[in-house]
Amino acid sequence: MTDINPSPTWDAALRSPRPDWLALLCGLALGLVFLWAVVPGWFSAADPLRGIPAEALRPPSAQHWFGTDHLGRDLFARTVYGTTVSLQACGLAVAVALAGGVPMGLAAGFAGGRVDALFMRAVDVAMAIPALLLALAIVTALGFGTVRIAIAVGVSSISSFARISRGEAVRLRHALFVEAARASGVRTPAIMLRHVLPHAAGPILALVTLEFGTAVLAVSALSFLGFGAPPPQPEWGLLIAEGRNYMAVAWWYTALPGLVVATVVLAANHLARTLRARSVLGG
Amino acid sequence: MLRREMVRRAGALAVRLAQSVAVLWAAFTVVFLILHVLPGDPVSIMLSQSEDGLSADPAQVAALRARYGLDRPLPVQYGIALYRALHLDFGQSIQTGQPVLATLRDVLPGTAALASVAFALALLVGIALAVATHHAPEGATKAALAALPALGTALPTFWVGLLLLQVFSFHWPLFPAMGNDGWRALALPAATLAIPTSARIAQIAGRTLADAAAQPFATAVAARGVGRARLMAVHLLPNVAISLVTMSGLIAGNLLAGSVVTETVFSRDGIGRLAQLAVQTKDIPVVEGVVLLAASLFVAINLAVDLLYPLLDPRIGK
Repeated sequence: MTDINPSPTWDAALRSPRPDWLALLCGLALGLVFLWAVVPGWFSAADPLRGIPAEALRPPSAQHWFGTDHLGRDLFARTVYGTTVSLQACGLAVAVALAGGVPMGLAAGFAGGRVDALFMRAVDVAMAIPALLLALAIVTALGFGTVRIAIAVGVSSISSFARISRGEAVRLRHALFVEAARASGVRTPAIMLRHVLPHAAGPILALVTLEFGTAVLAVSALSFLGFGAPPPQPEWGLLIAEGRNYMAVAWWYTALPGLVVATVVLAANHLARTLRARSVLGG
Repeated sequence: MLRREMVRRAGALAVRLAQSVAVLWAAFTVVFLILHVLPGDPVSIMLSQSEDGLSADPAQVAALRARYGLDRPLPVQYGIALYRALHLDFGQSIQTGQPVLATLRDVLPGTAALASVAFALALLVGIALAVATHHAPEGATKAALAALPALGTALPTFWVGLLLLQVFSFHWPLFPAMGNDGWRALALPAATLAIPTSARIAQIAGRTLADAAAQPFATAVAARGVGRARLMAVHLLPNVAISLVTMSGLIAGNLLAGSVVTETVFSRDGIGRLAQLAVQTKDIPVVEGVVLLAASLFVAINLAVDLLYPLLDPRIGK
């Protein structure tokens, strides 16, 4: 069984003759932001919630890297501490999309026939409603808050996960090793779990990374629109929304936290593209 | 044309129409289920939103329920909503009491203007970028140009809008910061909305150009001594047109969804701002109306595209 390579993606990445510096940089940037989320105290000594009124709306300096907000709070600290809530929300969104979409897509692609035809009609419907509007409808029903917008973003991306997983299942359904497993009497759920899923892992991993970037954009957009965390809490979209009122006097208030969001999305998207290219080459 | 051929085409058209209607019906059902089944019902959502929601007396709740027909069983509500929707009655806005259809119609021109200008801009920039990338010599320039679309899709729209405001309204007062009056008020929102759209168009166009240029016909045309510009304009770009037409339903959906953030940032009246306000105030009929409008737009465009295909691409429909 050693010749069946369970994860073409990582293997190809490790075997690659030339290291991909840009992808490495993107990985490092994402890793740093993950650390911000886990241990924000290591990166910023300032209190994200308590401000010094005398130091309100100071431009970026050695002491306050991102400047201060209208209450004299350190904006770098607020960005770093905001990472926790923002990334948790994005992680939850991706988890919801993954858990909802992958089993559905694999089952449809593997079953084929009528089940698959029905599935494709459902995808047609899902494509007719733009993801952001679907998320808005779900937020209307669920109510406001970071967890709820995360669920809404996740549910509205289920269809893209389901589509990719279905494609993989269709591609692998008649693969030789699947036929062999079936001929030796392995049951369908076991085939899907042990033989199809590992081979679909590359493209799905690429999609997870891509979806993470999309989720960062969607979650921050929804909280910018005012449906996320309530004000005192630091959160990326909310931070930028608060800066909106001080744009004329404090460019750094919206510009710098937004730059962090854009960098994270850019890094995730680039990693996703690299992973996808590798999984195509290796798989 | 042979009679049999006409019958075949009419049959195909009927099937396609039925599919479109089915997608719309399913979209209606999905939205109904989300907004009427998930947590409770519109009245409890509405009351939970208002300040005195906790002290709302049962009689008032019951009266509201009766008024919106929410005291009936869910299937009956669904039937009534569907029947009304078939007669283009999407209920009344809870906030203003105006019919949803009229509310949408009032703000539609603002969004239509924004979306069309943004689309025209995105088309111009996106195709120009794809052509420039295609012709750029291998190396750093080409790599930089090829990376631009990815950058365009990664920037948060609301952030781009705010930066444009900061630079072109506050730092240099060239454009108004908000409002709907005149083309100057349209410039910054259209640019904001055009960025992600142009990036997507550049990606589609770039892929199509690469595919088309790799085909034997492109080599044959070049071998005949046709110049690069003519090869691009006459032989490659029509392929781009076809793939963009294919994606136009999705592009329109993205523009409409993008208008939510863009119109909110620039305080412009339109469908997007209406949607934002409706979600904020839990105005369920309006939210339903906006989502259904988006779905109808997508379905209508895709239907039109399917009907236009045989005219655009002689290979299809033979």
